[in-house]
Amino acid sequence: MNFEENLGEQLQLLPDYLAHHMLLTASALLLSIAVCLPLAFLVVRVRSLQWPVLSFASVMQTVPGIALLALMVAVLGQIGFVPALGALVLYSMLPILRNAVTGLTGVDASIVEAATGCGMTRGQTLFRVQLPLAAPVVIAGIRTSAVWIVGTATLSTPVGATSLGNFIFSGLQTQNSLAVIVGCVSAAGLAILLDQAIRLLELSWRARNRVLRTAVAVAMLAGFGAGLSPLLSRQPASEASSIVVGAKTFTEQYILAQVIKRTVEREGIPVRTRTGMGSTVLFEALASGSIDCYVDYTGTLWANILKRGEIAPGREMLQEISDWLTEHYGIHLIGTLGFENTYALAMPRQRAVELGIATIGDLSRHAPELRMGSDYEFYGRPEWAGLRDRYGLAFRELRSFDPTLMYAAVHEGEVDLISAYSTDGRILLYDLQVLADPLGALPPYDAVVLLSGSAARRSDLVQALGGLLGFLSEDAVRRANKMVDLDGASVAKAADFLLSEVAAKKKAIEP
Amino acid sequence: MIRLRNVSKSYDGGLTFAVREVDLEVRPAELLVIVGESGSGKTTTLKMINRLVEPTSGMIVVDGKSVSESDPVDLRRRIGYVLQEVGLFPHMTVEENVAVVPELLGWDREEIHRRVEDLFALVGLDAGSFRLRYPAELSGGQRQRVGFARALAAGPRIMLMDEPFGALDPITRGGLQFEFRRMQQQLRLTVVMVTHDMMEALLVADRICVMEKGQIVEVATPSELLTQAVHPYAAALVRSPKEQADRLEALSKASGA
Repeated sequence: MNFEENLGEQLQLLPDYLAHHMLLTASALLLSIAVCLPLAFLVVRVRSLQWPVLSFASVMQTVPGIALLALMVAVLGQIGFVPALGALVLYSMLPILRNAVTGLTGVDASIVEAATGCGMTRGQTLFRVQLPLAAPVVIAGIRTSAVWIVGTATLSTPVGATSLGNFIFSGLQTQNSLAVIVGCVSAAGLAILLDQAIRLLELSWRARNRVLRTAVAVAMLAGFGAGLSPLLSRQPASEASSIVVGAKTFTEQYILAQVIKRTVEREGIPVRTRTGMGSTVLFEALASGSIDCYVDYTGTLWANILKRGEIAPGREMLQEISDWLTEHYGIHLIGTLGFENTYALAMPRQRAVELGIATIGDLSRHAPELRMGSDYEFYGRPEWAGLRDRYGLAFRELRSFDPTLMYAAVHEGEVDLISAYSTDGRILLYDLQVLADPLGALPPYDAVVLLSGSAARRSDLVQALGGLLGFLSEDAVRRANKMVDLDGASVAKAADFLLSEVAAKKKAIEP
Repeated sequence: MIRLRNVSKSYDGGLTFAVREVDLEVRPAELLVIVGESGSGKTTTLKMINRLVEPTSGMIVVDGKSVSESDPVDLRRRIGYVLQEVGLFPHMTVEENVAVVPELLGWDREEIHRRVEDLFALVGLDAGSFRLRYPAELSGGQRQRVGFARALAAGPRIMLMDEPFGALDPITRGGLQFEFRRMQQQLRLTVVMVTHDMMEALLVADRICVMEKGQIVEVATPSELLTQAVHPYAAALVRSPKEQADRLEALSKASGA
């Protein structure tokens, strides 16, 4: 994909992402001010509360933003705007609180006494004397918070709130650095703008010029309204009947979400996508009906959702998962897409031929002379224990790599084989041989389409998705992944490719 | 006008007393000055009159009514209060500072504006050039004049003053003391003023109340105090101003001769 095309595609997304980001940021900032200022007044008056309140705000600050967002999803039991808002408010409390307390307590005691001596009530002293005198410090705190909120709001993408973070998360996953840059630059620009807008508001207020004050306020409201307009102009009717397709945070998921979107839209059903969501967040969202559909993998569901340790044969596992999900969550597993994205042992084809290795069974003879590479978690997973024990594998050396470096390492001969992901495009790029697993030691990771209870009741939707089931081969998905990850194609292009593969396959089997 | 009956204040539950068993009467239109060193309880006594400090025991009556039965906010709006120069609100213009109490009392705009003009004239400030300035742009003496104007704004009958001339240079101080005395007599204000400067007390007071270690040791007119102070501490306090006066007189005689 060329630069202009890519940029055009990203900029087309900007108004919607920016509007969501602005709404989230402004709501969080206003709510945070509304909570923190009264709290500051309270702790200034009741000194004994100062330590616990400020400590709480400090603790919130030390929790990593992304963890706080995930926690809010768990606590509130829903995804999207509300948990993101809650997390951002908690995250932004400290500067507002700390500065307000410092500012208010820093007002000269004799001036406060003069106010009281004049006959001001506590409230009048606060609003006419203490607050105006503390204002520069208080506003500095608000500005700090505003910048933090704009930045941290980009992390709300994985909990299903649309933001400028959508650029960043999808860009990082699909190796589209332009998308990442567009996301970062617009977030930075928004932060600077907001900061300066608050400053301007403060200055115009201090200048005691009614005309200037009004002009600044009107200009700010106009700018804000313009930013939010993409949200206001959206048709509420289409929202009601549209379905939401979710995706996890890796390339294949982005492509599959596009494939599903196109397939379903062809039937006249409007679709929105919520991409880049955390794996468990996504499942919770489906269970609560916040999203309608996404693709998961049997092995993942088996271990993470059903919490099962043993490995069952593919067909049994599929049936058991399907029954269990319906019974416990009302989620419907409508079928497999036709490919697996599983752990697979792979080695350079030439080397495999030289050593006469075609299956994992053939490996055991050579294991003592071979070095194996893997990602950080594989050696701790039951898949590895199963493989090792069933085939009696004892390699000369076990090494761990970042997943993207692992492929290069086996290609360059730093290790002899790796635990690859079976649909990764780099298997094609480096011409790796995937070794068969005749003993079935590796659990199946069949890609399955999951629907929420309400979505499963829509026959048009189920029928549309039925057209995809069984038609996506591992090879086709691997090629699609390669297009995005290695050849710099857009997700849309890769989805086009997969859809054409599906169409070709259908044609072949039709009489 | 103001009466203190057996008033005590303790901050530690009765172990020590900042003010102990004070009895004092301030007459209408009188300027009473409380003199003492820091820690003598003079400021605490003053602040109990407008309830900035609550007494531990005893009774204070203002205008025939016990202050403990008055609403403190109401009470303070009826009593003018002047502190050392820092008492002005730095974020308000001079005019806004002066208008604070009338605004709290809900006067209308026009009335406040007229009142502010009058007050500027009364305290000797040019309204045109000072109205829109901020306290930081004024000299110490000008600031204290604004402080008087603010305290007088709502036309109180009573005024409490805590070291009002303390932060001024000697020349400004002398002039302002004299002017304030004239103003007080003209308006027939009842004033309680606190100072640690006995010379100042002697020059402006109708009567002087000398405090030591939380107790009143003597109440007398300036001339009584100068000529026949009873308590040794009161006598000691007037010794230095007296010696200064004698010295000045000797000097002027020497040059005149």
